[in-house]
Parts: sequence; structure tokens; C-alpha cells
Amino acid sequence: MTILSLDLGFIIEKLIMIAIVVFASLGIALYTTFGERKVAAILQDRPGPSRAGPFGLLQPLADGLKLIMKEEIIPNAASKWLFILGPGLAMTASLMTCAVIPWGSAVDVFGRHVELQIADVNIGILYVFAVVSMGVYGIMIGGWASNNKFSLMSALRAASQAISYELAMGLALIALLMTTGSLSLKTIVEQQVQGNYWNVVYQPLGFLIFFITAMAECNRTPFDLPEAENELNFGYHQEYSSMKLGFYLFAEYINMIMSSAIMASMYFGGYDLPFFNEASVAPNIAALIGVGTLLIKIVLFIFLFMWIRWTIPRFRYDQLMGLGWKTMIPLALFNMLLTGAVILAKL
Amino acid sequence: MNTLEILFYALSAFAVICASMVLISKNPIHSVLWLILVFFAISGHYILLNAQFLAIVNIIVYAGAIMVLFLFVIMLMNVKKDNEPQKKLLTKFIGVLAGGSLLTLLIALVKQTSQLEGKQVLMKEGTIGLIHPLGKALFTDYVLPFEISSVLFLSAMVGAVIIGKK
Repeated sequence: MTILSLDLGFIIEKLIMIAIVVFASLGIALYTTFGERKVAAILQDRPGPSRAGPFGLLQPLADGLKLIMKEEIIPNAASKWLFILGPGLAMTASLMTCAVIPWGSAVDVFGRHVELQIADVNIGILYVFAVVSMGVYGIMIGGWASNNKFSLMSALRAASQAISYELAMGLALIALLMTTGSLSLKTIVEQQVQGNYWNVVYQPLGFLIFFITAMAECNRTPFDLPEAENELNFGYHQEYSSMKLGFYLFAEYINMIMSSAIMASMYFGGYDLPFFNEASVAPNIAALIGVGTLLIKIVLFIFLFMWIRWTIPRFRYDQLMGLGWKTMIPLALFNMLLTGAVILAKL
Repeated sequence: MNTLEILFYALSAFAVICASMVLISKNPIHSVLWLILVFFAISGHYILLNAQFLAIVNIIVYAGAIMVLFLFVIMLMNVKKDNEPQKKLLTKFIGVLAGGSLLTLLIALVKQTSQLEGKQVLMKEGTIGLIHPLGKALFTDYVLPFEISSVLFLSAMVGAVIIGKK
């Protein structure tokens, strides 16, 4: 049966995959908040959340319930539709990235050959870049619609920070694309599975730049100036309450997961388990091992994000801009020139 | 009607509605947000023309960067509905008349051109919008115009830095 000349089985397969990926990301994000509090507690030598459930494992559920139960407040002077649109956009933009991430190689279920990727578009990396550049709208619209001076100031900060660091991020990506010769994330991961080394070996400086800019794009400390509480009270989500606030807080964690997945796929072999021959086991088991490997890599990156957050204090605003424009962009340009020179020398 | 036609008409209607909302909206911030939706509709058209690279670059450059700067400037100037200068009725009337005549003229011109007669838009065909053919075309057939335009951008950038330093 076909609807509008599309295969129905194909549509169902993709819908199931989208549902799994979205709900898995939300679930992981839920427990990332718990992980963050535990990591912070360990780094600060205190026990952290420990009351709700064994080892405090039910804490995220309690937090979520608390957020939902809070009263929903829309300020009188706020621009109502945009005020509601803001958190929704932030959440959508952070979830949209998952469409092009290859979560594993293919599996065979019920006689169907299913690629563990929602869409293998031939411009995958550019798609990610486009979604990242959309992410700032959630913050800007929410901050402006609140009709609050602090929120507006924080929205402006978020925009200028995002634009500044997107440039360096794009330049770091160009150097990577010069070595891979493909924009499809699936192809890039497959190259690393087949080849000897992960891309981080060829692009160490590019990875460092990408990591720092990704941290800035996620608004993580030391780059969390848009929500600097001692200067801006609470930042762009000051007027928000209940689950709208929850969406903003949650979007940050999903951004973190997605950028970890992107970094793992582009620089650290994606679902490639090192020193392991995928052909030696059945394809389905190899695919599952691949998914597990990617998840472990993501968790390691998230831990790195948290470790940095609870170790390094926040930048001053001029330091942030100086780092972005005077250090990151020249370094990224240098990396690009170096990569080009090496490629030319090899020809 | 096949899927492509349905998508084409839906996207076109969406683009036209959003573009009219850009003009109708009283609040400049709302105008910018509608304009972003117009860019998304245009990107949809690019995808229908099998030009995925152009579609995504359109979103990155226009919707992702330039419109953020638009929003940024409007938010910084804090333009509001109340303190926007109100035009006189006569000025509005003349504006509508002039704009309407221009539109009629343009439509008449497009309808008269002989090159467009009997031609159909090629949907889902052609490869010029994909990254490899486009890169080849830009760096072989059109390398001189491409480099000249990049020099133009560079001079604009240098000019902006010099003005900013004053």
C-alpha cells in the first residue's frame, strides 16, 4: 500500500525510529540532570541528591513532577504567543539534530533492512549546522517576549555569543570536511570504521576548537553568560515558570547530548568500537554493540562537559568575545590552512 | 495532482502568506519572524528542485545568521509599536498606488516574455544544486566572477572594521 507514492512500511519504520530516538534523548536528558547534580556533589565533596529512591535515583522524576505542578504564569506585559513559542522553539531545535546522527550500522528485523539513522541526507553536517544556528531563536524570542530588561539583555548576549562562536565552529568543520571529502555523517563514520584511525588523529586542533565552540553554543559554564545569575538575575528565562522553564532547562541538556553525539560521530569514530572486528559477529549483534559504543562515548563527553562546568569559573563578557574572535577564529583559519597544505603536499 | 504538485502549491501558499504577514505586521520583531518563515518556504522550494545544498545554505546564511542580526539590531534599538512614526493617510494611499502599479507591470512583463512560453519547471531533476556539481561549476566555468565577488565581500569586511575602529 502506498500513500502519495511513499511506501507505508517505510513511513512506519521511520516513525518508530523517530519516537525511539526522541524519547530516548528525553530520558537520557532527564538522567543527565541527575548526573550533573551527582558530579557536582562529588567535585564539591558532598553527597548530592540521595533521598528520593535508592541512591536518589528517583530525584529527576521528583524534579519533573515539581516543575509540572508549578503554576503557569504569563506576565501581563509579555507578548503572549511569542512567550509560548520561545521554549517550544528551543526544545524543537535541540531535538531536530538527532535526525542525521547515525546511531549504529544496519539491523535486520522482520525481514526488513533497517538503517539505524533517521535520514541519511548527503548534506548531514550542514543540516546540523543549520539547526544549531536556529537554536538561538528560542532564547532570543523568549527573552524579548518576556518584556523584562534583564531577559532582553541576556537574549542579546546569547545572540552575539552564538554568532561569534558559530564562525569558528564552521571553520573547524571545513578543515574536517577537507580530509573526509563528504558531508554525510554516515559516510564520515563509515570511513572511520573502515580506516585505521579516527578523525581526531588527523584533526586534533580542529577537534579542540569544535569542542570549545560546542560548549559555547550549549551555553555551558564557562560560557553561560546568557544566564549569568549574579549579573542578570536568572537570564532569559527569568519570567518563565512551570514546564516552560523546564523546557528551557531541558533543551540545554538535550543540546549537550546532541553535540556529544556529533563530536563522537565526527571525530571519535561514532559507533566504531576500537580493536574489534565487526565482521566477526552477526550483523544485528554488531549493530547493538555499535549503539552501545556510541552511547558510552556520549556519556564520556557529557561527563567532560560537567567536569569543566564545575571546575572553571565563568568568563567575563569581554574575555568571552576576545576568546571567540581573537583566538578561536585565527586558530581555526590556521588549522584550515595547515590541513590544505598537508593535502596538497600529499597529492 | 501528484505529491510534488501538492507540495509545490502548499509551499507557495505558505511563502506568499508569510511574505504578506511581513508587510502587514505592525511590530518589526513579528515582521522579522515572518521573514524567517519565508526563507524556510524558499528552502522547501529548493529541495523540490533537488538543490539540497542551496536549501540548507539558504537556511544557514539567511535564516540563521542574517536574520539573527536583524533581530539583534531591532531589539537593541527597542523599536515598539507605540513610538513608530505614523504616516499620513495620503502618503499611505500613494504608496499603495505606486506599489500596485509596479506589481501589475511586473506580472504583465513576465506574462509577455516569449522565453517562458510553454516551459515547465523541472522538479526533482538536475544536479546543479548538489554540492559536487555546484563546486565544480563555481571553480571552473565561473571562477572569475566567483573570485571577484569574494574580493567584494572582503572589501566590505575591511570597510566595516575600519568604520568600527573610528
